[in-house]
Amino acid sequence: MTQLALVIDLNVCVGCHACVTSCKEWNTSGWAGPMTDQRPYDADPTGVFFNRVQTYEAGVFPNTETYHFPKSCLHCEDPPCVPVCPTGASYKREDNGVVLVDYDKCIGCKYCSWACPYGVREFDEQQKVMKKCTLCIDRITDMTLPESERKPACVLACPTRARIYGDIHDPDSEVSVAIREQGGYALQPEWGTKPSNHYLPRRKTRIQIHEDELVRVDNPLKKEELPTLPDVGETLDDVAW
Amino acid sequence: MHPAFSVIFLTTLIGVGQGLFLALYTGQLYALANLLPAQSSNFYAVGSMVSLALLFAGLIASFFHLGHPERAWRAATQWRTSWLSREVLALPAAMGLIFLYGTVHFFDLTKPLFVISGTLPVDFSLIMGGLGTFAVFGLFLCTAMIYASLRFIKAWYSPLTVANFLFLGVASGFMLAAAFSAYQGTSLVGFYGTWAVIATLFGLLTRVATLYRNGQFRCKVDLKSAVGVHHSQLEQKAQGFMGGSFNTREFFHGRSQGLLNLIRYAFLLMVFVVPVILILLAYVLESETLPLLAFGIQYLGLILERYHFFTEAQHPQNLYYQSMA
Repeated sequence: MTQLALVIDLNVCVGCHACVTSCKEWNTSGWAGPMTDQRPYDADPTGVFFNRVQTYEAGVFPNTETYHFPKSCLHCEDPPCVPVCPTGASYKREDNGVVLVDYDKCIGCKYCSWACPYGVREFDEQQKVMKKCTLCIDRITDMTLPESERKPACVLACPTRARIYGDIHDPDSEVSVAIREQGGYALQPEWGTKPSNHYLPRRKTRIQIHEDELVRVDNPLKKEELPTLPDVGETLDDVAW
Repeated sequence: MHPAFSVIFLTTLIGVGQGLFLALYTGQLYALANLLPAQSSNFYAVGSMVSLALLFAGLIASFFHLGHPERAWRAATQWRTSWLSREVLALPAAMGLIFLYGTVHFFDLTKPLFVISGTLPVDFSLIMGGLGTFAVFGLFLCTAMIYASLRFIKAWYSPLTVANFLFLGVASGFMLAAAFSAYQGTSLVGFYGTWAVIATLFGLLTRVATLYRNGQFRCKVDLKSAVGVHHSQLEQKAQGFMGGSFNTREFFHGRSQGLLNLIRYAFLLMVFVVPVILILLAYVLESETLPLLAFGIQYLGLILERYHFFTEAQHPQNLYYQSMA
């Protein structure tokens, strides 16, 4: 069975919000739209987004590290938001595992958002229905698009290629290889919701090398500077020189 | 969680209505066993209509919680998996049976249909009341399980939630039954008052246990697990917006700890202490109005109790909305 998902590389994400704006641009005018805003040009603007980029800082200055953290629906393999829906408006697609909301069935009771530990569902105050990331279902299933464009808008927009898209059940897919080989992890794994989206951690390339591996001890041709010897008179080593 | 008044009124009003019906039927059963004087059918009929009116008011309140109330009928379809859907079925079922129970009494259709072992005459009201009792207990379970089944919200994820909804509903219903009997001038005030006090004390036990439990635990996920960065000093700098979102409105109560403490003490007094004292006073003074006052104060207390119930719930999504720099 196919389980489409995103793998987000926190090692690469620079927090530019291109995925956020491209998501809103594509989806507000598409199948999942509109994504309404309230007071968009006023003092207290708010509105529906399927994807947000948050920023976290680890450590204390000056030893800090900044993490930009894109956050959207994780399309859980065992989604807790789906069984609680009283109308069946929330569902998980059998063929590709994408979790969707049928706006025509949603009664706007918000119970699904209470049942999601990740807080990735957003209620549309104007249409009065629950909305969420569709993984651009209208793009990825559109066979009239060339295959290179059959990807979510956020993936296509990402300038650093921090977002990878594919089938995590196919062991040879790009996403599966990335999860396997680059330490992909799930958010809040304690709940057992089995999120399909994974994140790749910050990675540092360091080699383990010791000082004596950089200086040749025997130094037969005296190519390198002689170590300064402590002034303790002749030692057994001096005899060899 | 942000307390929604529609849900506060729904759960408290139907709780009273269900408790009142249980009180009426309990009274009828006691009368059947000759432990209490039998009441006029008018007493049961009017009582059932009051109960029905309360359930109906709760139903109306629930519609204010919905974005699309005109589609509410769809909520009956997913009863296999959703407790909310089960409640949507249980509420009209209970209302229908309570209506039939009241109607049977109103038209005096209480001629025994058959007699069990020569001692227990069974009539329509007994059957309807029995079925209604099942529906009412089912409804208590469904209403409470809507909250108690959310395993991420640890403050609610407990059998104590079910016990609270049950005992507080029964307590307020019997309290109203006592007030109703006092108003009707029947001799059942002491009987209903006693059971109201017993249910209130059971409620006190489970509610205080809930408060104690919720003051103790820690959530099993933290920011490290939520973001996946295992650094002991991890701090949020940006939420992805400046003007707030559904996430910051729906899952935060935004009230100060001082106000919540005040609400907690107020509901503990108004639900558990004052009504018990008033009902005891009413018994001593043989007052007709004190039971009504006891019920009124307990109901107002229950609104505060339900408000506090929502503010107690810490949703794990709040981990992602801790600070903005």
